[in-house]
Amino acid sequence: MTGGIGRPTVAVWKFASCDGCQLSLLSAEDELLTIAGEIEIAYFLEATREVKEGPYDISLVEGSITTPDDAERIRQVRDISTTLITIGACATAGGIQALRNFGDVEAFRSLVYARPEYVDTLADSTAIAEHVPVDLELRGCPIETSQLVEVINAILAGRKPVTPTHSVCVECKLRGNLCVAVAHGTPCLGPVTQAGCNARCPAFDRGCYGCFGPAESPNTPSLAAWLEEELALEHPDLVRLFRSFNADAPAFRRESRRHEPEEVAT
Amino acid sequence: MSHSHDRTISVEALARVEGEGAMHVEVADGRVEQVQLRIYEPPRFFEAMLRGRTYLEPPDITARICGICPVAYQLSAINAIESLCGVGTPDGTPMPDGIRQLRRLLYCGEWIESHVLHIFLLHAPDFLGYQGAIEMAADHRDLVEMALRLRKAGNQVLEVIGGRAIHPINVRVGGFHRAPTRAELQEMVPELQWGREAAIAATRLVAGFEFPELDQGHTFASLRPEQDSLPPGATGYPIEDGRLVTTTGLDVPIAAWPEHFHEDHVEHSTALHGRMTDGGTYLVGPAARFNLNADRLPSEIADLAAEVGCAEAVTNPFRSIVVRAIETVYAFDEALRLIDAYERPESPAVEVRPVAGTGHGATEAPRGILYHRYSLDEEGLITDAVIVPPTSQNQPAIEEDLLDFVQAHLHLDDDALQWQCEQAIRNYDPCISCSTHFLDLTVRRR
Repeated sequence: MTGGIGRPTVAVWKFASCDGCQLSLLSAEDELLTIAGEIEIAYFLEATREVKEGPYDISLVEGSITTPDDAERIRQVRDISTTLITIGACATAGGIQALRNFGDVEAFRSLVYARPEYVDTLADSTAIAEHVPVDLELRGCPIETSQLVEVINAILAGRKPVTPTHSVCVECKLRGNLCVAVAHGTPCLGPVTQAGCNARCPAFDRGCYGCFGPAESPNTPSLAAWLEEELALEHPDLVRLFRSFNADAPAFRRESRRHEPEEVAT
Repeated sequence: MSHSHDRTISVEALARVEGEGAMHVEVADGRVEQVQLRIYEPPRFFEAMLRGRTYLEPPDITARICGICPVAYQLSAINAIESLCGVGTPDGTPMPDGIRQLRRLLYCGEWIESHVLHIFLLHAPDFLGYQGAIEMAADHRDLVEMALRLRKAGNQVLEVIGGRAIHPINVRVGGFHRAPTRAELQEMVPELQWGREAAIAATRLVAGFEFPELDQGHTFASLRPEQDSLPPGATGYPIEDGRLVTTTGLDVPIAAWPEHFHEDHVEHSTALHGRMTDGGTYLVGPAARFNLNADRLPSEIADLAAEVGCAEAVTNPFRSIVVRAIETVYAFDEALRLIDAYERPESPAVEVRPVAGTGHGATEAPRGILYHRYSLDEEGLITDAVIVPPTSQNQPAIEEDLLDFVQAHLHLDDDALQWQCEQAIRNYDPCISCSTHFLDLTVRRR
């Protein structure tokens, strides 16, 4: 670690995002002061105006790349970080703002801003890994505080963090939830969505809506076919279902594209 | 650093605000010529992304505008859609008391979580002379531990009702996916009772801070629930609905918003600037709510407000931290009242069918009025969306404050002036990522 035997230095960076994932660190109420004693928070603008110069041992990166300046800034962050960890759906998949990748950003800009020429933006919202090498990614919209604490503990202990890559379905079975899709006919992305939330939505009688993005080897065509046949979902419903906070994660992007009308498919 | 008559101060990245912002000050011949609050949060185009989505999706999508106040986005969106679709309206489908109680209770959780974050973790370090809460914890560990426990109590409310503290999953148009049982809510009572008492002690503590003088005579705007809409036992301080009122005498329903307020786009900011139709600036937030609704606080909390120097209207923005603390006490008090009154609704949601047209909705986000407007077609698909967050409404008034504040403090060196300006901005708890469409200080002294 930089600085030899000292505590590892941690920097928290924000790109296009809602601040919710870095807030997850401040929301680790029981662990925060203990963690703060084990690491040196060197750059975390949401929490402190104290800024220590890099390089940093660990950089936590929230948000997606949407402007030319940010595309340059993330390269500088990579250069001064030993371990770079992306946190949340914006950083790992482009986030909800990647819905622009399926539309015309010029039209979006004119729609929201009276003087579009004042606003500098890229055509696409992209994941951090599309710009620089990433050492570890934490999924979720938002990330789970417990997973962030696990990652920090693992780094402090010099071991690999335990974060699952199986589906939400597995968590439902472990938690003893009733299957909302089979029992209630509620559309659910649980079979193709990565675990990590402990199946929150089905526990509240709601279908999974994909906060953690695609699980390992997701069979999205099979799920889409089942939703069409058994729950009578139509193509526009399927497009919207796969196209939310992880819309541009490759498996979800491919599946939503499959259900678009021919004339607007690109 | 310079004490000369001409100078430029730049804060390149403002800390302890949520989001990204910068401030630029121009000074010539000892006069402050210009103050710009620059918002460089990358634009995310929410209003455009909502087009073509269904009328059931705005609560989940707009929650993602802000990780600190997602419930505000969810419930403003729901108010707009339900009012259009005839739910909870005078001649429409009635909204069961249990669902109304759960919505207000959920919102109390968000006020607690957001207010405590701002008072202790973001703003108190300014008054006590620390760079941040973690540095402050070295000398005031008990204070920071109390703040973390208070936040946890608010987050617990969000988790029990909303299913998750950040971006709650259980909120939907029409109500909830699952309504909690009375027993589930009752479990939170002892911690909320502790929180109410701790928040009263915290209010007395922050009221003892030193406040620089500043009074700009701003117009304040807030919601105010109609007296005859209040359920028995409720005093009706504005949270999740109400009419639109101002200190200049406006009193209109939310649907009249476009006639009285608009947004300008200025070059130095990706947040639009809110103004009144007559061009005047105005402020929303805790001070606005308090100044327009102090009569709506329970008597014990009104007495506390008087004790801590808020017997009259609060016009010095530096004292907003005290109002935020009073509102935190209220949020705990109100949460306890709501839990006591709660009756689990027979069904967690009422059915909402789409109606073509335009609906308006607003709630009191922790930072002030959050207005949403949606237009739907016959199928319930969104054809137009407008979202006006609190920070973009406050931004022009903040710039006016800073102009006078910097002028009065030009004797300070650049570092000291920068910190004081940052503190003046943090008075408004600006949420920059919320400015859908925030700091960094530069002062140029010429």
